[in-house]
Amino acid sequence: MTSTTIDDAPFIEPSTKERRNYINDEYGVLSWLLTKDHKRIALLYLFSVTTFFIVGGLIAFLMRLELLTPEGDMFTSDTYNKLFTLHGIVMIFFFLIPAIPAVMGNFILPIMLGAKDLAFPKLNLLSWYVYMVGGIFGIIVIITGGVDTGWTFYTPFSTQYSNTKVFATTLGAFITGFSSILTGLNFLVTIHRMRAPGLTWYRLPLFVWSMYATSVVIMLATPVLAITLVLLMVERVLHVGIFDPALGGDPVLYQHMFWFYSHPAVYIMILPGMAVISECVAAFTRKRIFGYKFVAFSSLGIAFLGFLVWAHHMFVAGISTYSAMIFSFLTMLVAVPSAIKVFNWTATLYKASVSWQTPMLYVLGFIGLFTIGGVTGLFLGALGVDVHVHDSYFVVAHFHYIMVGGTIMAYMAGIHYWWPKITGRMYPEWWGRLSALLVFIGFNLTFFPQFLVGYVGMPRRYHAYAPEFQVLNVLSTAGATVLAVGYLLPMIYLAWSVKFGRKAGANPWGAVGLEWATTSPPPKENFHETPTVTWEAYDYPAFLKAMKETQHV
Amino acid sequence: MSDVTLHHGAEHASEPHGHGHHHPFLQHHFEDLGQQHEASTLGMWFFVAQEILFFGGIFAAYFIYREMYPAAWKAASHLQNWKIGAANTIVLIGSSLTMALAVWGAQGAKRKFTTLMLVLTLLLGGIFVGVKGYEYSEHIHEGLFPGAHFSFTHAPAEVLPGIQMFMTFYFTMTGLHALHMIIGAGLLLWFIKRTWRGDFGPEYYGPVEIMGLYWHFVDIVWIFLFPLLYLV
Repeated sequence: MTSTTIDDAPFIEPSTKERRNYINDEYGVLSWLLTKDHKRIALLYLFSVTTFFIVGGLIAFLMRLELLTPEGDMFTSDTYNKLFTLHGIVMIFFFLIPAIPAVMGNFILPIMLGAKDLAFPKLNLLSWYVYMVGGIFGIIVIITGGVDTGWTFYTPFSTQYSNTKVFATTLGAFITGFSSILTGLNFLVTIHRMRAPGLTWYRLPLFVWSMYATSVVIMLATPVLAITLVLLMVERVLHVGIFDPALGGDPVLYQHMFWFYSHPAVYIMILPGMAVISECVAAFTRKRIFGYKFVAFSSLGIAFLGFLVWAHHMFVAGISTYSAMIFSFLTMLVAVPSAIKVFNWTATLYKASVSWQTPMLYVLGFIGLFTIGGVTGLFLGALGVDVHVHDSYFVVAHFHYIMVGGTIMAYMAGIHYWWPKITGRMYPEWWGRLSALLVFIGFNLTFFPQFLVGYVGMPRRYHAYAPEFQVLNVLSTAGATVLAVGYLLPMIYLAWSVKFGRKAGANPWGAVGLEWATTSPPPKENFHETPTVTWEAYDYPAFLKAMKETQHV
Repeated sequence: MSDVTLHHGAEHASEPHGHGHHHPFLQHHFEDLGQQHEASTLGMWFFVAQEILFFGGIFAAYFIYREMYPAAWKAASHLQNWKIGAANTIVLIGSSLTMALAVWGAQGAKRKFTTLMLVLTLLLGGIFVGVKGYEYSEHIHEGLFPGAHFSFTHAPAEVLPGIQMFMTFYFTMTGLHALHMIIGAGLLLWFIKRTWRGDFGPEYYGPVEIMGLYWHFVDIVWIFLFPLLYLV
């Protein structure tokens, strides 16, 4: 590696003429619905996951309204059961899992690799259709009466007793799982086989490493959920007792099989967030990520260890103390690679001249909130504390710090960071910063009180609660209102910017990385000629030097 | 990407056609047929990996209940006709052989031979699924289909719930396997058409090879299912 090779980067001359790009290459609804272009498919996903995010958010808002008062005065307990179930299912299966991989991964990953497309473009389009079929099942369930099992579908309630739409919901989740498998498979093959000449593994942006780890988890965990849901559907349809103790089955086996997927699924949701954070930290500090290889391998470490901790969801489900102790220990271990990432990002920030644009504000939010979420995860991984706070609002607060404070913060950071690349337009910076601030304040106001109220004993999943919990619940609902405004703002100003935003140019952030070396929006084939990579990832020292030299000339 | 990947295959992609003419089946986003072939093969191996986890889940559940209900498991496996199962296993292994020969034929541009082998594979696969259907109807006739229609009584009462559990696994596992066979049969029909049309040759035989990978995988699942459900 030499430090002068940045000049070789295939920077494309910005042109004043209207260029052909992936958006204006073809017109018409069918050119979108039948597209095999990864960038267009990413936008199809963007619209669909945003729709599901709005649906899931509205349901959450209804729940917060109910919880304003201790009495169950707005919804019956049955309705409330359906609300939290649907909120969980919509947010997890139809938003969080596909969000970053299917939108940003689809759009950016092939460009980062210098490839023209993913390895299997038709499979990529198929994955969107599969996702939509699963999603339509979800919508049908919501319209025709809902489901009340909780997003975990615990047996035997889900198979024998619940009289809601369990079958359609699990079928929807089953189908959607295949869409993630197809996306994961596509990413793995693309990363292995489609890298541009010279782009060795250690020259890959950390986004790619994290997506690789995510895809491995998707590929190996999702099929186990699929077979578990098949067994659940068989049991429900035939009235046999695979997981029903009354008929000789073992309900704890269901929980083992479910969490064998669903704990790794937590990493399916957070690893892509970490992928985005690494990119943004480097771009807005104009530095190399501190400890590149540590960050790269910590992604794989998380993917591996994530498979060994599932039973920490079951400490009070009747598993043996001995196995609970082992799972508790393994849970502590998985914190190590996550902490490595946080420390490395922080070390990158150290003594850097940080630009405080919107993506970076979201990134800082992520680092802080993810740390709180991670540390409270360790509380829950410790056997004694878990028994105390199990099924309380402490758990709800913990995973919302990871999923909302982590994944969605990263999602927002990534959307703002790559928005100029995706649309060719800048979003309004002042509004962006305002939204980041509102989301941060609203988020903490919503979920921090839930730690407190959970720790003193408020159980989750009830529509009524003891009067002494009301103050904290009112705070939480007020926070949810602020949070809602924080999420609505970007939907409005990002849409506005597509037509009225300032033209972005190829590289508005002055960032390195192949995606910034092509035009915004990129041409259909991503690059006019396949780039040859001769530089390390995040080679800011050489990049800044080259910039300086061109200015002197 | 290693240089090997890029250059290997570049030769035999461009040589016979030359003058920058692309092979008709080279997709636009690949550099050459070598890269396309390697990507597709790797994709199929990843697909097989996720299939192993899919079937792995139900095998794990099977083993747990086997430990819980050993007597019922023993009684229930004796209810299976192992002779039919063994004959069907041979049919399936035969189909794997014809599939392997089809791949070999595709590589050598033996169009008629490959088509014949694919048709034989389809035929043997069809026989397998047909025999499976016969076994199903026998079991349903005996009242062994689990759930509301379970009316089997030719065993001590204490093992009957276990037998029903075994039969639940029997139908689910072989059913999922048969579903994979039927999907494979659909793919075979498409491949027979493509082979007859003359799509494949020494430069481009990857899809047939990938079809073979899938077919062999489905066969191997049966190689595990047969002893677990019929013999032990």
